Amino acid sequence: MKIAVCLKQVPATDSRIKPSSDSHGVDLAGVEWVVNPYDEFALEEALRLKEKYPGEVVVLSIGGDKVEEAMRSALALGADRAIVLKDPAFVNADPLVIADALAAMAKKESPDLILCGKQGVDHDRMAVPAMLAEKLDWPQATVVVKLEIDADGKSAHAEREVEGGHEELEITLPAVIAAQKGLNEPRYANLKGIMAAKKKPVTVVTAAELGLLPPSTAVQILEVGQPSQARKNRMIAGDPAQQVEELVRILRTEEKLL
Amino acid sequence: MAHLVLTIVEHRDGQIRKSSLEALALGKRLAAEGGGTQAALIVGKGISNLAADIGARGAALVAIADHDIATQYSTEVYATAVQRAAEKTGAGLILESATAQGKDLAPRIAARLNAPYLTDIVDARVENGNLVAVRPEYAGKALLKVSVPITKVVVTTRPNVFPAETPQTQAAPETTSIDVSDVIPRARVVKFVGASKETVDVAEAEIIVSGGRGLKGPENFPLVFELAKALGAGVGASRAVVDAGWIDHDHQVGQTGKTVSPTLYVACGISGAIQHLAGMRTSKCIVAINKDADAPIFKIADYGLAGDLFEILPRLTEAVKKAKGAH
Repeated sequence: MKIAVCLKQVPATDSRIKPSSDSHGVDLAGVEWVVNPYDEFALEEALRLKEKYPGEVVVLSIGGDKVEEAMRSALALGADRAIVLKDPAFVNADPLVIADALAAMAKKESPDLILCGKQGVDHDRMAVPAMLAEKLDWPQATVVVKLEIDADGKSAHAEREVEGGHEELEITLPAVIAAQKGLNEPRYANLKGIMAAKKKPVTVVTAAELGLLPPSTAVQILEVGQPSQARKNRMIAGDPAQQVEELVRILRTEEKLL
Repeated sequence: MAHLVLTIVEHRDGQIRKSSLEALALGKRLAAEGGGTQAALIVGKGISNLAADIGARGAALVAIADHDIATQYSTEVYATAVQRAAEKTGAGLILESATAQGKDLAPRIAARLNAPYLTDIVDARVENGNLVAVRPEYAGKALLKVSVPITKVVVTTRPNVFPAETPQTQAAPETTSIDVSDVIPRARVVKFVGASKETVDVAEAEIIVSGGRGLKGPENFPLVFELAKALGAGVGASRAVVDAGWIDHDHQVGQTGKTVSPTLYVACGISGAIQHLAGMRTSKCIVAINKDADAPIFKIADYGLAGDLFEILPRLTEAVKKAKGAH
C-alpha cells in the first residue's frame, strides 16, 4: 500500500513568539524549527503500516530553504522519498491554498491513504486535513488516536477523540486521517537510517508544475498582538489552613466562583 | 431582511449544547450588526422539536435535516446539510462552536464552498460588511485580528468565550427542511465509547483543576481528581506528567494538548512551562499552588499559594465541599 504523509516545519513549542515590528505578522528570527509534533505521529503510523503491509511511504511538504532538514529527518526514520513544493509564497498561505497544493501533489501519487497531523502548532487552524479530504473528495477522520487498516487495504477502522469519549469510525479508503497525540510513540532515528536517508530522493516541485495559481486569500491581517490579560498576582500567605481559608473566602465573596 | 448568518447547532441527549447556545448568541449579535438575521441548522434524527428553542435563542429561520442517516455525526452527511442550508438561506457567514464536531466539519465546509476559514475565534464584530475577528495562533502566544467579507466565510468559536443568552419568548421560528437522504457517507461512526470518568471533559469544562510534576507520582493524582469533583471541574495536566504516563493525554493542557478558557483554572504542582501557559492563559481566574514561590506560574496567576500541595489540596477539597454545601 502506498501512504502519503503531509509534514511541515514549525517553531519549537518552547519558542517565544513576538509580533513583528509592523504588527502584521510574528517575528520568527532565531527560533528553532522542528517537524510539527502531530506530523510525527502521522509519519510513525505510516511507518508502522508499511512494516505490516508492504508498500511505500512518501512525504509531502511545502516549505522554504530549511524544509530539506525536515525531509531528511523523515527519510532517516524510514520514509522512502519526499516531494517538496519549495516556494516561500506557499509557506504561510491560506489553508485552502495549502490544501489545493497538497491535493495536486497527492493526485500525482495516488496514495491509498494520506496521514496528516491534526494541526500545525504554529497557526493552530486544524484546517488542512479536512480541506484536503474535500478537495480530493475522500472521506476523513480527524483527531485519530487509533487506526487499523483491513487486510484487503480497502477500508479502515479509526477512533477519534471527542468530548467525553471516543468515536469509532469505519472508513472506506482512500481517506485522509489526521493524527492526534496518543496514536503511537514515534521512534528515533538511528545511524543506519540517517546514512540511508542521504541516498533517498527528495523531489522539488514548483507551483507551475503542479498547475497552481499564485496564493491568495480573502483574509486580511489587521494586527498581530500578544495576550495581555492583567493578573492580580496576589500571593496568599500563612500556614496551609490559613491559605485555604483565605482562598475559599476570595473565590466565594470576591470572585463569586463558588 | 436577509439571513446573514447560518449557525450550526449541536445537540446532545435532546438538548442544545451549551457551546451552541454561545454560538447562537454571537450569531444573533453579528447578524444584527450586519443589518440582517440569523438562520440556524440542526442535523440529526428526531430533533425537529428543538426548533422552537433555537428560535427563542435568536434564529429567525431554522433549517432541519432530520433523517436516519444523520443519527450519528458524519462529516459528509453534515457537510452536505450545511451546504444545502447555506444555499437555501443565502447566509454567507457560517458559524459553529469549535467543538470536536465543529473542528472536523467546518474546514470541510470551507473547502466545499471555497470560503475562508477562521478557527477558534475569541472576539468578533461586523464592520462595514466585514467580519473583524480575533483568533489565537501559537496556542495563544499571538493574537491575530483579521478582517474578511461577511458574504463568504466559515468560522468556529472557542467554547466558554462568548456568553450564552437566556431564551426570549417569541413567535415560533420559520422552519425549512433539508434533505440529506441521498448522501452515502464513506466514513461512518459505528460506536461511541464514553470515557469512564466522573469528571467533565477538560475542553468544555468551566472549571479546571490541573496537576503537574509537583504531585511527585501518578499515585497522588487522586488529590487533583478529588478537588475537581468537589468543584464540578474537569481535570487537566501538564505535558510532563502526560509524557511520563501518569495520566491520559486527553487531559493535557498546552500547546500540544488542549487550549482552554475556563472561568477558574487551578494549577497544582505545575511550574508553568511556556507551552503550558500558552494553553491556559486566557482562563478568567487562575489559582496556582506550588512549592517554589519563584515558579513562573505565579506570574500569570491571580492568586498564588506557595506551599506544600499535599497539605493544601486535601484541605481545599474539604473547604470547597463545605462552602458549596452551605449554599
